[in-house]
Amino acid sequence: MDVTRTVDVLVIGAGPAGLAAAIAAREDGIGSLLVLERENAPGGILRQCIHNGFGLHRFKEELTGPEYAQRDIDRAVELGIEIRCGVTVLSVGADRTVTCVSPEGFQRLCAKAIVLAMGCRERPRGALGTPGTRPAGIYSAGTAQKFVNLMGLMPGRRCVILGSGDIGLIMARRMTLQGAKVLACVELMPYSSGLNRNIVQCLQDYNIPLYLSHTVTDIHGRERLTGVTVAKVDENRRPIPGTEIEFDCDTLLLSVGLIPENELTRGAGAEISPATSGAVVSDSLETTVPGIFACGNVLHVHDLVDHVSNESARAGHAAAAYARSGERAAEYWPVLDGDGVRGTVPQRIGKGGGSEVSLMFRPAGVFRKAACVVRCGGREIARQRAPIFTPGEMAVVRLPKETVAALDGPVTVEIERS
Amino acid sequence: MQTDILIIGAGVVGCALARVLSRYEADIVVAEAGPDVASGATRANSGIVHAGFDAKPGSLKAVLNVRGAGMYPQLSQELGFPYRQCGALVLGFTPEDEEVLHLLLEQGKANGVPGVCLLGREEVLRLEPNTNPDVRLALYAPTSGITSPYEAAYAMADHAAVNGVRFLFGSRITGVRRGDDGLWHARLGGTEIVCRILVNCAGMGSAEIHNSLCSEPLRLIPRRGQYHLLDRTAELPFSRTMFQCPTRMGKGVLVSPTVHGNLLLGPSAEDIEDADDTATTADVLSAVLETCRLTWPGASVRGGITNFAGIRAHEEKGDFVIGAVPGQPGAYETVGIESPGLSAAPAIAEMLGAQIAADFGLAPKARVLPPVPMAKRFAEMTDEERARAVAEDPAYGRVVCRCEVVTEAEIRQAIRRPVGAASIDAVKRRTRAGMGRCQGGFCSPRVAEILSEELCIPLTQVTKFGGGSRLLTGTLRQDGEEAVL
Repeated sequence: MDVTRTVDVLVIGAGPAGLAAAIAAREDGIGSLLVLERENAPGGILRQCIHNGFGLHRFKEELTGPEYAQRDIDRAVELGIEIRCGVTVLSVGADRTVTCVSPEGFQRLCAKAIVLAMGCRERPRGALGTPGTRPAGIYSAGTAQKFVNLMGLMPGRRCVILGSGDIGLIMARRMTLQGAKVLACVELMPYSSGLNRNIVQCLQDYNIPLYLSHTVTDIHGRERLTGVTVAKVDENRRPIPGTEIEFDCDTLLLSVGLIPENELTRGAGAEISPATSGAVVSDSLETTVPGIFACGNVLHVHDLVDHVSNESARAGHAAAAYARSGERAAEYWPVLDGDGVRGTVPQRIGKGGGSEVSLMFRPAGVFRKAACVVRCGGREIARQRAPIFTPGEMAVVRLPKETVAALDGPVTVEIERS
Repeated sequence: MQTDILIIGAGVVGCALARVLSRYEADIVVAEAGPDVASGATRANSGIVHAGFDAKPGSLKAVLNVRGAGMYPQLSQELGFPYRQCGALVLGFTPEDEEVLHLLLEQGKANGVPGVCLLGREEVLRLEPNTNPDVRLALYAPTSGITSPYEAAYAMADHAAVNGVRFLFGSRITGVRRGDDGLWHARLGGTEIVCRILVNCAGMGSAEIHNSLCSEPLRLIPRRGQYHLLDRTAELPFSRTMFQCPTRMGKGVLVSPTVHGNLLLGPSAEDIEDADDTATTADVLSAVLETCRLTWPGASVRGGITNFAGIRAHEEKGDFVIGAVPGQPGAYETVGIESPGLSAAPAIAEMLGAQIAADFGLAPKARVLPPVPMAKRFAEMTDEERARAVAEDPAYGRVVCRCEVVTEAEIRQAIRRPVGAASIDAVKRRTRAGMGRCQGGFCSPRVAEILSEELCIPLTQVTKFGGGSRLLTGTLRQDGEEAVL
């Protein structure tokens, strides 16, 4: 099929990442710009995140998800950015041709640069291999959030939440406020993967017990869920016999991790990092495929949307520059995960680059009074102390442009315990 | 309710038989206890169309398996359900296994299985390089195939319905008796279905019906099989069905591609008490994985998208029981249809259908309607076909399930089929919406909305699989009270 339209920059996804990337590209003077969104409205997952707490870093005020999204939507509209909703992208080629479909028709497009901003999805029950029956009443926390916040429907009345990711914590409070009884939040690890403020504001404030080092070991009920068995786990995360607790509940919400949604990225032939499940990118957020960039939760799962917006603006600027010049770094220094560090982004830094680089990663455990140390060829090039590093919060280390310009070997990021 | 023929059970055997009998001048009702076609053993099994070397020569299992397997290629073409003749290997790792394989080869030849032969270690590793290199010998059966058992049953049910067969769901027959009028009276709730011809295809429930009619009792043991299902990947480790040597409990654990490109590991074989207990258990699931490592040392459930269990109806004496119920004219039965029941189903229906038609002198219909064509899946269309599909029906332009690329048009079609989907799981099995790696996280709210629109029911009445499996417990509370529906 023939290409029906060619644009300079194509952005896939109009959530916070796609919007920020598109705005940045337009601000850099890209006129030929198109954003494709599969839902019927822009805003991404923020549309269903009606709680507050968004935008503290970026706007210095506390916004709800829809409010945060609206600021970017308003800016995009002001800039005259074309956002086409209800369009699903079916494939992205290494040659930057894209096929997509909407009720208006099937189309093949071509772009000089593409920004991937498709976000992530939730890990389902099957990925955990939890045994038991398969009744109605088991949802991922985000699905339940959609039912409650966008559709006005209650998925259940007595809930157990497995996993203490942020969406699970938020839903514990949301279900409680809607009159449901949340019996417990059960976390496999000895620490929560959610933000501390959510543990306090969503569980403690409502007296919802958090069971750390516990998991759901059995699921009961033939038609609708009637209960779950929860057991304590040992240090190898294996259930300890004799520690079982039975919960009588009609709903199990899963908040057991997010997975970047990279089917299109894989299809384009971009290398995927096993640590982040997102694309391997350079400091300009370019994947291993020339002219294809990635940002936001499709690249790596963020903690705060503010970080998503900042990162995505950088991707938008980089895509604009590539669309103009077609230039990219010829060689790269790898960025490697050291002790206590998992999934540093970017995974490589262009040789001879002269811009500041933010290294972002998730600590591999909880570290108190530790420092994040960045080394290049055995030499320490950056150090950042923090009272605590936890997997729930993204750690960021900035390398000033002089440091980046002076790189002369592979870069390693590690947590140093004092 | 009055009818000529009552078929009890809408599993693959009941549906295949309904389709065969729908070619005759007769009013036919299929009463199914579950909420949909394929609610029992047909829903959860390996989906293998066996070549036919396992069963003892001369047994009904052997004859009907080989005949049935031979019917699948054409049947799947005609009805539009997925089937692929991928071939199978039975692996031997010990000298005892080698003896078994020689025996299977002889059985296969005696049963008339085309092309069975033995392959040495090198040849096996050449065909399937991920096989455990300790393999010594393997039986190769090129005609072994894979299908989607419930899709086969849906397709047969649809074709039967097009030709006038009525399907009743949630309709458990609780007893049968011969009335003073000489007709069969089947109890259904507070009412009865009265018929001339009664056919018991009730799967796990078939022994109970048999025993109420017959002085020679049959006993069925619910044999549970647990499986791991892994995500589709670009390259599966095996392109054929990989068996280990059969045991007393069945064909053993297999590793096989599915027709949809997933990888299936299982089943276990546990004799249990409760025929409805399709729960999975942690110890058995890990034992299944461990057993699979003999076939595939790299076996791992990383990439697992779900686990599930199905129940096979194992008859103590071991062969199918098919035909007229002794001493009960007008009553027929298919009992103990465990593996290779799926493979044999078309042949069982052909044989039993012919017997019933002959016994009652049923007249063939002057005109038998063809099946409602199954539209090609959007996910499998070429770009040109996609463009045409959207131009004809804009609902093809709305992708509902992003993992399996299923469109709104396909979901609406599935609900509007002759035996249409009426629940989330029914849509899932017919369209694959929700079958993918997110397991319906994104699409199930939208599928629920479409079901609500198409079936004209409130969203709060949409179920996962009928009965009490409601998705939602109510709407958000209004005026301080939660509105409970």
